[in-house]
Amino acid sequence: MTKQVRQLDRVVIRFAGDSGDGMQLTGDRFTSETAQLGNDISTLPNFPAEIRAPAGTLPGVSSFQVHFADFDILTPGDAPNVLVAMNPAALKANLADLPRGADIIVNTDEFSTRNLTKVGYSTNPLEDGSLDSYALHPVALTSMTVAALAAHDVSKKDAERAKNMFALGLLSWLYSRPHESTIGFLQRKFAARPELAEANVAAFRAGWNFGETTEDFGVRYEVKPASMPAGNYRNITGNVALALGLVAAGVRSRLPVFLGAYPITPASDILHELSKHKRFGVTTMQAEDEIAAVGAALGASYGGSLGVTTTSGPGVALKGETISLAIALELPLIVVDVQRAGPSTGMPTKTEQADLNMALYGRHGEAPAAVIAPRSPADCFFAALDAARIALTYRTPVLLLSDGYIANGSEPWLLPDVAELPDLRVDFASEPNGPDGKSFLPYLRDPTTLARPWAVPGTPGLQHRIGGLEKADKTGDISYDPANHDFMVRTRAARIEAIEVPDVEVEDPDETARVLVLGWGSTYGPIGAACRAMRQRGLTIAQAHLRHLNPMPKNLASVLSRYERVVIPEMNLGQLAHVIRARYLVDAIPYNQVRGLPFSATELESMLEEVVKNA
Amino acid sequence: MRPPKATSPSGAESVSLRLTAKDFKTDQEVRWCPGCGDYAILAAVQGFMPELGIPKERIVFVSGIGCSSRFPYYMDTYGLHSIHGRAPAIATGLSVTRPDLQVWVVTGDGDALSIGGNHLIHALRRNVNFKILLFNNRIYGLTKGQYSPTSELGKITKSTPAGSADSPFNPISLALGAEASFVARTIDSDRKHLQQVLRAAAAHEGSAFVEIYQNCNIFNDGAFDLLKEPDTRDEALIRLDHGQPITFGKDGEWCVVHPPGGFGLEVRETASVAAEEIVAHDETVAEPAYAFALSRLPGTGLAHTPIGVFRKVDRPSYDNLVRAQVDAAKAQVTDPEAELAGLLNSGDTWTMS
Repeated sequence: MTKQVRQLDRVVIRFAGDSGDGMQLTGDRFTSETAQLGNDISTLPNFPAEIRAPAGTLPGVSSFQVHFADFDILTPGDAPNVLVAMNPAALKANLADLPRGADIIVNTDEFSTRNLTKVGYSTNPLEDGSLDSYALHPVALTSMTVAALAAHDVSKKDAERAKNMFALGLLSWLYSRPHESTIGFLQRKFAARPELAEANVAAFRAGWNFGETTEDFGVRYEVKPASMPAGNYRNITGNVALALGLVAAGVRSRLPVFLGAYPITPASDILHELSKHKRFGVTTMQAEDEIAAVGAALGASYGGSLGVTTTSGPGVALKGETISLAIALELPLIVVDVQRAGPSTGMPTKTEQADLNMALYGRHGEAPAAVIAPRSPADCFFAALDAARIALTYRTPVLLLSDGYIANGSEPWLLPDVAELPDLRVDFASEPNGPDGKSFLPYLRDPTTLARPWAVPGTPGLQHRIGGLEKADKTGDISYDPANHDFMVRTRAARIEAIEVPDVEVEDPDETARVLVLGWGSTYGPIGAACRAMRQRGLTIAQAHLRHLNPMPKNLASVLSRYERVVIPEMNLGQLAHVIRARYLVDAIPYNQVRGLPFSATELESMLEEVVKNA
Repeated sequence: MRPPKATSPSGAESVSLRLTAKDFKTDQEVRWCPGCGDYAILAAVQGFMPELGIPKERIVFVSGIGCSSRFPYYMDTYGLHSIHGRAPAIATGLSVTRPDLQVWVVTGDGDALSIGGNHLIHALRRNVNFKILLFNNRIYGLTKGQYSPTSELGKITKSTPAGSADSPFNPISLALGAEASFVARTIDSDRKHLQQVLRAAAAHEGSAFVEIYQNCNIFNDGAFDLLKEPDTRDEALIRLDHGQPITFGKDGEWCVVHPPGGFGLEVRETASVAAEEIVAHDETVAEPAYAFALSRLPGTGLAHTPIGVFRKVDRPSYDNLVRAQVDAAKAQVTDPEAELAGLLNSGDTWTMS
């Protein structure tokens, strides 16, 4: 039967199931196929903190949302057009996010009385009419998978597990995705067990063929490739991009990279990724705790490596004293905070951006450090390089604030030319610098950068001792002198203020906007999508996004002064807004949510429209 | 200060350096209290360093916080005075990435066994290639007199006016429990013994744990008098000597044997045992249990305190294991920039034209 083929410009699909159903894998593979086709993509994995909650329960629901389009997109989509629900819990947990008319593909095999009762359904939603305003597609996913694999040499359990590949096959057919990469992936993944590889491939093909033959899916969709700038692309998550940025920093600085880290959600993947790249001179150490991790990194920096530590909020809290030491010692140190919902253990797998206060102020004493934040998964690569530039040039700790959303989300990344990456080579001290020509003054500063000379152990003739106690200007000897301490505190602050950062760019196509929306971190996508939608409807709005939170760009004061209203959406209770108000005396308007989810572009659009209308 | 003789650019020791103790002094005024045991330790270390034949710039002292940890300021090497309890962690990063340096960690009973306990046991477990000098004065000196994890039960101090309710660690037993590959104890008042132990520690590949009994004459004066006074020290101190039967006392009238039918070790009158029953000290016993039993001889007091090298076994160092992995991987790459381009261009890639 020939099916109708309809063109769409964008689709948002959410795959949802039990933690054990393989939804992340399914989503990843669909994303990969979509990347192969050339759509622009943005993804949002959403999973629980527990490894395996009881099967079929609401806390166990894991989902993966993928937004793909034939044009440039900025977010994983506010609401799905299609929900694939592998069980009643997945349906219940996600139904509220669906607009009327959305497609719902359910695995009917899992809608038993027992499973329905587990999540509080007294009647079967597939039969009681409650889903009448949606386009419901009941599919006996599990039993069809098992039947398709009857002739294969696999256990019933393994056959049932392959149902996610059946679902993937069906969805791949429905959206005309190329499937060579999935077949190749399955063959590589199960290389040690060919019977499983064959079974999973067969399940995929069965799902595909089901779509092709069943009457329930009368229409098939196509989403054409987006027109993106020419070049080589790679679909990449923020954590992997960040890890690659650190590898690149090592290569471009010619320094060994040392990562001290302790496993913590959602940062552990950076440790895993970096541990694979020893051939670049990257040493990774899984330390006994967060403090040992940053301590070892600092020790490595003292020895002339690029010391890095990666963690999330709770880890940064523990590392505070060591970061303060790094500030006193004036040594390079990159501290990556992949932010998650807090406080305390919070929601480890949910995103938030509430660590800005801690990054700016979270040490005892006057202890300034540079702070930067990437704005998207691919931007994590460039943010890591910039962190290295600042750390190495100015000999300072740099806090890099990523978050769970961009760490695990993915997007296409236009691969840069290695030769065009910044040159990060360092000049180590090798000669005495004292006025007598013989002594070495470890705190005799460069007049422009205010950085002190970096003399690593092993350098003949430059032996010196440094520590956390306050030290005299130039000589670095222990000093309790009142005037000296005042001078040193101010000088450390001045050195951070003197860090060169590019001006902030403002996107204001009409140049007539009266309202500026200012963001930092991963709100870039949702804010951008909201501004785009507003401009399409004829409204004017200006958008600026800060990568550098400390120091801030030199032009920020003048940018802020050009607008009647400045709105700052944040996934916290107004931390950047607080800083902007204090530093620039601007009556910035905070707009906050702390739901553990990214902003919805539609929500931001409504809010900004109100502000624009009243400005 | 006489400059060392030139070494070749690769740093090879092709010429003898002829350094003296004076070469290792700095211009800083030493600020320990007059009479502090730390002076003796400093002098012993400065006196010993020249025989290592290592240029000063390749030696690093990393300390934590405490009177002990002011040590690096008084040594003309590279020095890092870090934060309370964290020296082993910081020194691990340095040691692993700089195999050309000789790294010493100076710490105290509070710094290493209280706040730093976790980092200490992990460093020993890993067998990181540095030498740990733990100055044990059984008190917190720098913060002026609180009890420490090695203070005796019931000790009356500023923070324990009714007596401490803490039972103390035995640092040697703890280090052996962490399976440290080199464990030794020495005492501030015996320079010759101190230097002997330092010599053995410096030569050891891997973690070398050295506890140094040190007198704090201001806040805990006389803590080790039993081991120093002429009328008590011969019976109190057991000097361990590898290969020699373990006897002590003015005329060797005491010895160490295995208790009949039991496990561990005990002290008996030499006259009452057959010569072959006396345990001959063996630093190289593979299982830490033997050295552990030695460490238990003093019980909760100081009588029958063994000093010297308890254990000295060969075990691959963490540094070597980690570096071997990195070096083997690096050897496969001739052009890092090209390799980086290849890395970026891997995974799920596609081309838009």
